[in-house]
Amino acid sequence: MNVKAIFTGLFLTFVSAVLAQAQGFAGLGQEVDGFKNPMRGAPFDFPTDHGPHPEYRIEWWYLTTNLRGADGKDYGAQWTLFRSAREPRSDDTWNSPQSWMGHAAITTETDHFSAERFARGGAGQAGAVGSPFEAWIDDWKMSGADDLSELQVTARGSNFSYDLALNATGPLIFHGDRGYSVKSVEGQASYYYSQPFYEVTGQIETPEGVVAVTGNAWLDREYSSQPLGRTQSGWDWFSLSFDDGNKLMGFLLRDTEGDTFTAGTWITPEGETTALENGQFQAQALEITDVDGRQVPTTWQVTLPPYGIDVTVEAINPQAWMDVIFSYWEGPVRVSGSHSGIGYLEMTGYE
Amino acid sequence: MMTRTVLTALLSHWWRRPLQLLTLLLGLALATGLWTGVQAINQEARSSYDAAAQALGQGDFERLVAPGGAKIPRETFIDLRRAGWLVSPVVEGRYRRGDLSVTVVGLDPFTLPPSAGAPDLSDDNDLAQWFSQDGLIFVHPETQALLPEGLPNAVPNLSVAIGEVVTDVTTAWRLLNTDGFSHLILAPQQPVGLPPLADLVPDLESVRPDPAGDIAQLTRSFHLNLTAFGLLSFAVGLFIVHAAIGLAFEQRRGMFRTLRALGVSTRRLVAVLAGETLVLAILAGLLGIGLGYLVAATLLPGVAATLRGLYGAAVPGTLSLDPAWALSGFGIALAGAAAAAGQSLWQVAKLPILAPAKPRAWAMAMDRSQTRLAMAAIALFAVSVTLIVFGRGLVAGFLLLGAFLLGAAFLLPWVLSRLLRLAAPLARGPITQWALADTRQQVPGLSLALMALLLALATNIGVGTMVSSFRLTFAGWLDQRLASEIYVTARDSQQSNEVRVLLEDRADATLPIRSTDIRLEGQPAQLFGVIDHPTYEQGWPLITALDEPWAQVAAGQAVLINEQLWRRADLALGSDLQLSSGWSLPIVGVYSDYGNPEGQAIVAQAELLDRFPDVSTLGYAARIDPTRVEDLRAALIDIGVPSGNILNQAQVKTFSLDVFDRTFLVTAALNVLTLGVAAFAMLASLTTLAGLRLPQLAPLWAMGLTRRHLAMVELARAVLFAAVTWVLAVPLGLILAWVLLAVVNVEAFGWRLPMFPFPLDWARLAVWAIVAALLAAALPAYRLARIAPAQLIKVFADER
Repeated sequence: MNVKAIFTGLFLTFVSAVLAQAQGFAGLGQEVDGFKNPMRGAPFDFPTDHGPHPEYRIEWWYLTTNLRGADGKDYGAQWTLFRSAREPRSDDTWNSPQSWMGHAAITTETDHFSAERFARGGAGQAGAVGSPFEAWIDDWKMSGADDLSELQVTARGSNFSYDLALNATGPLIFHGDRGYSVKSVEGQASYYYSQPFYEVTGQIETPEGVVAVTGNAWLDREYSSQPLGRTQSGWDWFSLSFDDGNKLMGFLLRDTEGDTFTAGTWITPEGETTALENGQFQAQALEITDVDGRQVPTTWQVTLPPYGIDVTVEAINPQAWMDVIFSYWEGPVRVSGSHSGIGYLEMTGYE
Repeated sequence: MMTRTVLTALLSHWWRRPLQLLTLLLGLALATGLWTGVQAINQEARSSYDAAAQALGQGDFERLVAPGGAKIPRETFIDLRRAGWLVSPVVEGRYRRGDLSVTVVGLDPFTLPPSAGAPDLSDDNDLAQWFSQDGLIFVHPETQALLPEGLPNAVPNLSVAIGEVVTDVTTAWRLLNTDGFSHLILAPQQPVGLPPLADLVPDLESVRPDPAGDIAQLTRSFHLNLTAFGLLSFAVGLFIVHAAIGLAFEQRRGMFRTLRALGVSTRRLVAVLAGETLVLAILAGLLGIGLGYLVAATLLPGVAATLRGLYGAAVPGTLSLDPAWALSGFGIALAGAAAAAGQSLWQVAKLPILAPAKPRAWAMAMDRSQTRLAMAAIALFAVSVTLIVFGRGLVAGFLLLGAFLLGAAFLLPWVLSRLLRLAAPLARGPITQWALADTRQQVPGLSLALMALLLALATNIGVGTMVSSFRLTFAGWLDQRLASEIYVTARDSQQSNEVRVLLEDRADATLPIRSTDIRLEGQPAQLFGVIDHPTYEQGWPLITALDEPWAQVAAGQAVLINEQLWRRADLALGSDLQLSSGWSLPIVGVYSDYGNPEGQAIVAQAELLDRFPDVSTLGYAARIDPTRVEDLRAALIDIGVPSGNILNQAQVKTFSLDVFDRTFLVTAALNVLTLGVAAFAMLASLTTLAGLRLPQLAPLWAMGLTRRHLAMVELARAVLFAAVTWVLAVPLGLILAWVLLAVVNVEAFGWRLPMFPFPLDWARLAVWAIVAALLAAALPAYRLARIAPAQLIKVFADER
């Protein structure tokens, strides 16, 4: 019996929204029955909003880290907790309509280790609270200060584990219009804010051994009930940190019928943001890698003329495939060209 | 071209002797059919055990269980998950409404290991229903027709084990009126660096169940039994085939010689003969597979009922056509034909062109082999003795039986010859003397058929004695064990209280039945708690006990165990039995417990409830004047107890004996079939011998004996053979019965039964054996009585 069969149902909305696999599911992300929709200009209420929003269909806590080991090698680590709701309510029973899914990974220059977890809501096996801040599934945990300025993040799989301490050197930043992030020309949108200014210390463990690491991390918080358009088939998401302290978040939403929709945010070292219009952020695939038979672009040319950006974004490990039930590509990248730096790349819809 | 001519010549033999051809084909087909049928049944059962083991959520995973079968609280599951352990909760229980019941298996699809087989929830409606308050169940289509009422919507699914419904844990809690988990599945691959389980959950025990292994272990004896019968039938069938093929070769010796003289090479002759055997084997194989399917399809419902009744193993009652057993049947037909024809082909290859045809000599040559067979028999007896002394286990038991029976069969011709030689001086008058001498001459030719008859008769007596002894013991045991007049199961705990009040008011005594599943000595077992009541002391069938066993049990200071547990775990009276962690009691007695595959123990009820507070409290037995049983039953129904939940003593007894009888229905059917095959073997041998013996009979006819008289002598001889074989079969059968009761049963079921003789059954069998022999001899005798005198005269003119 196909294991995917259960989770396809439970995490249908992830498939459509987060992981954006075409496969005909995308349409289901449209029907918003009883779920709330993001509103332009609605103020955030922290620290409550760092916790879950059961009245929205989907939500995630998404951390990516670029790490440099004491052994001089580059690493990437990912920690993600997804929430999906069958109904816009939550309770503390095992019948709660909330479901949780966790992904964790370590990418080395030659290997990629990943793991996943699932849990029903209401049982206590997984969840999140705004204050004191904590998000968890099983023993994977992200917890810390109510303003997210300091976090402790742990996860482990059958062949890896990590334990990272995060310390933010800048403020939270808000994408789109004060956190209202439009995802298509038809107006699909989500609430979307980030903390891109973490400095990281900690250690990672792989079959090669335990390595002390330092680096940078980027946390994304996003929740919505209808984030994608019907014909959007996948996305390519970039978070880039340039050596000059500027940062760039940009994504392409590929469309089976219309034009690719792009959006992004330019972030100064002080945390000032500028939302990018559709079409300003551009990315072209330069090199395609065969990942177990899938054709995945792993080198990109990213341009943003108003800021003089014309860079090559290259995967540190082109084989960074998340081999989980809803699989996708996610891994650390190096940036060269007009600017140099590091970053993370996530690509879905290449199944 | 030449090949064709040779073939035509060879085949003409069969046209002239259609009965011989029929014998050969039927013999091989019967042998193949019985073997294939038994294989088909075994295969079907085995694949259904495998399916049950692979069924939804039932993978072969290590699991954590609480001692004494207590439920594991939800918090323990959450704590383990939050410590990093990949565990998945399962809650199991029996759901019963009226006469129908199913096992409810509640799963958590979120945490189920991928290889455990999660239900398919890709359909949106199924998904929504699965997690809704109402819930959704998955059932095997075969279970669907027999679902008790009150269950949620059912989705048919072939991966679910028969008799089970798979649903969400929350739905299972509601249906079973419980909470917590029966066990936690441990995923085979765990994350790195976890804290040890012994620190996290010191109370829980990690066990590795093998559901397929458990049930396969329990049912192994049954299948071995079937296989043994299959092999027996096949062996008997091979006797027929060997006789028929050997005879056909011998009868055609003259033809072979002529063909060789005409220039046909040995190689070609052997090739054509081998081809002939192959074609016959293929024809018989096809027929046999058809026959096997018929046998299997006829017997399978009985087998399924047996396995369910005796072992609780769910096997579908319908047969699926599996090419595996069909092919194996074909293979065995070919192998059998090859084995039977090999010797004859070898002789043809070595045939001196000038050797005359001497069918009579062929029969006599068998005499020399008597001594060889007797030697083989002694070797086989030696093997049997070795097995009795050193053998352990079920397979050894069956090997012992096989070696012993085969040895006895091999010894038969030698014994018959000696007996007839001893009888010779007793004969009065020339005809009797001649008849005795002639009978002795016949032994070699008939020996194969007689061996077959001996095997069939001995098996019949042995298995019959075993079954009848068992039944007698079982019926007596039921009378003792089922002392209470009425047995009630309340629907829920609230009704349970009402039932108790009613029983205490109306019945002479109320005996609450409380039990829980535990593991004793590493085996699955049940622990019963009984109250202090004279019913137990008076009626419970103890095999062996120390002083005052019931008083000690009632005082909470001792435990009684059933015979299965006692024998399997090799426990001694007075030694301590560990019941759960920190609770062990001395064994104070052993009771017989037929029909139950598992171990069982009895303690004081208060102690049980103290240790396992959440055992089911729904069952009651009550003592009451038998004339008032119906009134009490009506009163129970009045307070809402489903009528199917009230059983009176007579019903339980009938049901139990019914299960018992069904269990041995298959054995009885196979018995009859084996006897039929043996009778057919006799018919085949007598028919073929009749033609060969004309040269012996013609002089007697010429001396004035009428053909009718000669035919009567033939009939009498057949009866004599059957009678002597039967006499020899009786002790053989009794030895067989003893091995079955004292060795095989103890290994297979864990109980040893007393043996009772049933002389009337043996007498009936003697009649059947004689009838079979008469029937087999009737046709040749009739022919002899009607033979044209010219045929008899021809003997004197013919080549020999």
